[in-house]
Parts: sequence; C-alpha cells; structure tokens
Amino acid sequence: MHSLGLHTRFSNRTVVIASACALLPLSFFLALAFGTISISISDTFWSLLHSFSGSESASRSDLVSRTDLIIQQIRLPRALLAALVGALLGICGATTQGLFRNPLADPSLIGVTAGASAGAALTIFFAGSLTSLTGLPGLGLVSIGAFFGGSIAVILVYNLATNSHGTSVATMLLAGIAITALAGSLTNVLEFFGDEEMLRRISLWRMGGLDGADYPRVAIAAIFGSIILVTLPRFSTALNALLLGESEARHLGLSVQSIKIKLVLLVAAGVGISVALAGTIAFIGLVIPHMIRLLIGPDHRYLLPISALGGAILLLLSDTVARTIVSPIELPVGLVTAIIGAPFFISLLRHRHEFGMR
Amino acid sequence: MTTRLLDIDKVCIRVRAARKNSAHSVLVNSVSCHVNAGEVLAIIGPNGAGKSTLLNAIAGDIEFSGTIVIDGVAEQAKLRARQIAVLPQLSLLSFPYRVSEVVGLARIPHNTGRQRDDEIVQEALDLMDISYLSERLYTELSGGEKQRVQLARVLAQIWQKEDALNGTRLLLLDEPTAALDLGHQKLLMGAIRELAKHGVAVVMVLHDINLAARYADKALALLCSERLAFGSIKDVITQQNIKLLFEIDVHIAQHPEHNSPVVIGL
Repeated sequence: MHSLGLHTRFSNRTVVIASACALLPLSFFLALAFGTISISISDTFWSLLHSFSGSESASRSDLVSRTDLIIQQIRLPRALLAALVGALLGICGATTQGLFRNPLADPSLIGVTAGASAGAALTIFFAGSLTSLTGLPGLGLVSIGAFFGGSIAVILVYNLATNSHGTSVATMLLAGIAITALAGSLTNVLEFFGDEEMLRRISLWRMGGLDGADYPRVAIAAIFGSIILVTLPRFSTALNALLLGESEARHLGLSVQSIKIKLVLLVAAGVGISVALAGTIAFIGLVIPHMIRLLIGPDHRYLLPISALGGAILLLLSDTVARTIVSPIELPVGLVTAIIGAPFFISLLRHRHEFGMR
Repeated sequence: MTTRLLDIDKVCIRVRAARKNSAHSVLVNSVSCHVNAGEVLAIIGPNGAGKSTLLNAIAGDIEFSGTIVIDGVAEQAKLRARQIAVLPQLSLLSFPYRVSEVVGLARIPHNTGRQRDDEIVQEALDLMDISYLSERLYTELSGGEKQRVQLARVLAQIWQKEDALNGTRLLLLDEPTAALDLGHQKLLMGAIRELAKHGVAVVMVLHDINLAARYADKALALLCSERLAFGSIKDVITQQNIKLLFEIDVHIAQHPEHNSPVVIGL
C-alpha cells in the first residue's frame, strides 16, 4: 500500500514537471499568434524563426514584414515580459508562503504591492506636471517610483516586526496589513486630488497591464528576474526546514535570522520589479504556489521552480485573453488572471482529496 | 571514568520584558545539575515550574545567566546540529508533507548522502513503529502519530555516533510521552535507553513520575523556578518530595523486577 503512495507522488511530480515544461513554450507561442490582428500559426512560426536568426530577406513581401513587425516589436517583448513577471510572481508567492508558514500568505501581505502602487501614484502625481509621462523616460520614472515605494514599504514592515530577538511572523503579517492599508489610502488620496489624466493613469497602473512592454523593460526583467529566479531555489532546503518552525530550523543548524532577511529582500525585489514593470497583477503569487502544492506537495526543491513555470504560463495565457477577448479593446490583465485562475483554484480545492492533499 | 557531557551551573532565566524584579519575573532561579554521556536525566515538577524553560535554555533558544557547558560541542551551527537534537513540546507543522519527508528533514545538517539518509529515515520510522505511515500526509495523522513522527525525526538527526564531532550527542525531549499510548511509551523509553547505551546524553521533561523512575538514571525536581532536588532516582523520588512538588500524599513502593521506586497515589 505504501509503495503505491510513493509511486503516486513520484509520478505526480514527473507529470506536473513535464506538463509545465510543455505548456510554457505552448502558451508562449499562443501569446505570439493571437491578437487584434490575426496571424496564422505558420506565419507566427516563421516570423519567430526570422527574429531569432536575424535574417533580413529582401524577397519578402510587405505583408510578411508587417507580420514580422507585429510579432517582433509588439508581441514578442510583451510575451517575454509576461513570462518573466509571471515567473517572478509565482516563485515569490511560493517563497512568502513558506517563510510565513501559511499556505495562503501572499507577497502583497508584506506590503510590496501596495507600497509599489503608492510609489507609482506619487511619481505620477508629482512628476506628471514636470514631464509628460509618455515616453520611455516617463515610464522608467514611474517604474523607479514603484520599485522604491515597494522597497520602503517592506523595510518599514520589517522594522516594525523585528526586534533584537528575531522577527515575529505574526507581527510581520499584521504590520504588512497596516502598511498595505496606509499605502492604499495614500494612493486613494492622490487619486482624489489628481486631475482626470492622473486619475486615469493611476487607476490603469493599479489594475495592472503589460501594454508598456518593450525591449528595455524586458532587459530589466531578464537581468534582475533571472538573478532572483536562480537565487531563490538555493533556499529550498532552508524553507523546507522553516516549515517545521523557526526554532526547529535553528536546531537543524540553519542561521534562521539571516536566511529570513535574505528571503524578505529577495521577495521584495522580485515583487517590486514585477509591479514596477507590469503594474499590480493579483492572484498569481497567491494561487499558483497553492495549486502546485496541491499537486506535488510542499517540498520547495520542486515547488519553487514549478511555481515559477506555472506563474509564467498563467500570465502568458491571461495576457493573451486580455488582448483578444474584447478586441480591439484591451482588458487589464489583473482582471483576467483572477477570472482564469479562480475557477481552477476552486476546482483544485474541491478535488484535493483525489490528489492526496488536504 | 565517565565524562560530564552537560554541566549546568547556577542558571537563571528571567522574563524578557520584566522591568522590575517581581517574583514572577524569574522563570528559573539558580539551578545547577549535570549529565554524563550515556545517562538519562528526567526533569520533573508541577506545571509552570520552569522545566521547559530550562530545556529551551540548554537548546540555546533563550537567554540566561550562569553557565551551561556542553562538553565537546561544535561552534559551527551545522556541526552542532549533528550533536544536539531537540523535540519541542508543540509541533507547528501544518503543511501536507509525507511522513517520510518530515523525518528526512532531520538529515539536513548531514552529508551522509541520499542513500544512507533514506536508510536512516527508514530505520527511525521502524523504531517508532510508523513505517506503515511513511507515505501518509503528516497533517492527516492523529496527535500520537504526529508525536511519533516528530520523535523519529529527532532521533534520525543524531542517529549515528560517527556523524557527531567527538562522538558528543545530546538529546533534549520536552514531554516526549505526551499523547502516546502505553505500548508506545514503553517503545520510546526502550529506544531512549538504547541511545544512552551508545553514549547519548538524554535530558527529558516528564510528567509521568513512574516512567521517570523506571527509565531515567537521574532526576531534577523543579518547584517554583527553583531546584528542589537533584540526584539519583531514589534520592529524588521520595514521599516527601512528591508531597512538596504536587501536594498529594503518595506511597512509594518498589518495582517487583527493576528495583526502582513506584509512586502509588493514595
């Protein structure tokens, strides 16, 4: 009987890893192929091939080069940004849930998301009169504002919750809630005093969106994102031990305090970057790790990388839907992630016993 | 000549936040005792006497004044974890790990390799009579089953003498028999005696005086944060001490086979 159980989880894990690895390129390709202007599957494939080989064929018609332009300049950076931001949100969510020993903990709980939104809103409010926030410098300025807002919020929450004897997880959660409320009302106040243009920009930012995707943003996401995506899995064993409790982890020879600080900073950077580049995208950091845990169990050696893959897949698919469902109008992707993810999450919760999970 | 593995000298532990020295701010007041390698020490006493607090201080979790010397213990946290294992009173684990995964966490500080680790986990599961639970989810187990899983984990952490620097091994258990049925209490105590035979020093907080009398070599009786008695079982578990500790009248008989004292409530 118990060898059967071992087999079940082992094969579960293999199946989940294999399907995640297969679904990622598939959803990436779908994100390229679908949009307001319909491009056939084969054209998408050839255009993608062109963009990687970099070949400029003189014999190609105007139609083909228009396809190339749409794929390479609009959809490819957007899909890359979606995949990177989704991966960051997924892995940061899994890390936060392990760190707080709460399967429902969300990166926004430690105040990054609200802080970043407040930072972005402040930047739009005060810098909007100085420069027109349209070009790359303007977008970059708002991104930096969001990043600093998120970081300040985390540092504030962290200092509230930490004393010389360590960090209390419970206090940190409460402090995170308080900072989230504070940052949220700051944004609301700015919206109240802002003119219509500011109001529109702030609320668009808060609903999330990948429409600002371009190669500079992709580069930022790729550089900082890959550092975080590579570094976080190194803490898998530590997170596994932390689930037992902080003193238990200490008795297993881990320097708990320094590990916690590193994890908090990495998560703050990861969520801050994704909020800065793509706005507030709810749901992925909360639900993807939860779903993956229901499927393969809480071992972070598998949970962290697969949550990154799952986050990338979900955000790619959500963004594709957001761009196409009421085309030519684009929906904010944050709305779609919730609409796609929530039913799936509910069905997993309902069928959790079939997966051998509680 | 046996070596003194754990030496506790005039240890005082205060409530961290206490500003004035009220009577309740001192949790442990100038307690001294010692344990040799291969010995089992039982800490007994009424609720709130400071038993767990003292155990936490030995485990290095809380600040104290006085000295606690563990002979031959490593400075480095990872090496130290191969020498000292701690069973807390309460387990906080609420994630659906498999039982074998929980016990496997004990091997984190070791470099013995996957295969040897798996063997040790299996042996520890067998020892605690939970190998049939090995693929069950920890969160689905009963209280007593969870306790046996945690015990197997703690034992797997200091399983081999050769993993521990200087061969120094110390096992700290806070109420290990809580939630265990009679059969598994005996099983656990047998395992603890076996470890002691291989040179492990064991310190455990116990509420069952008869278990302490039967399986421990020494006892430390704490009353109102202070040491009431320390020494061999026969010296500590007396009619007079039990009366002072628990305010009950008892009769002390002799175990028919083991010659140890048996406390019979009157």
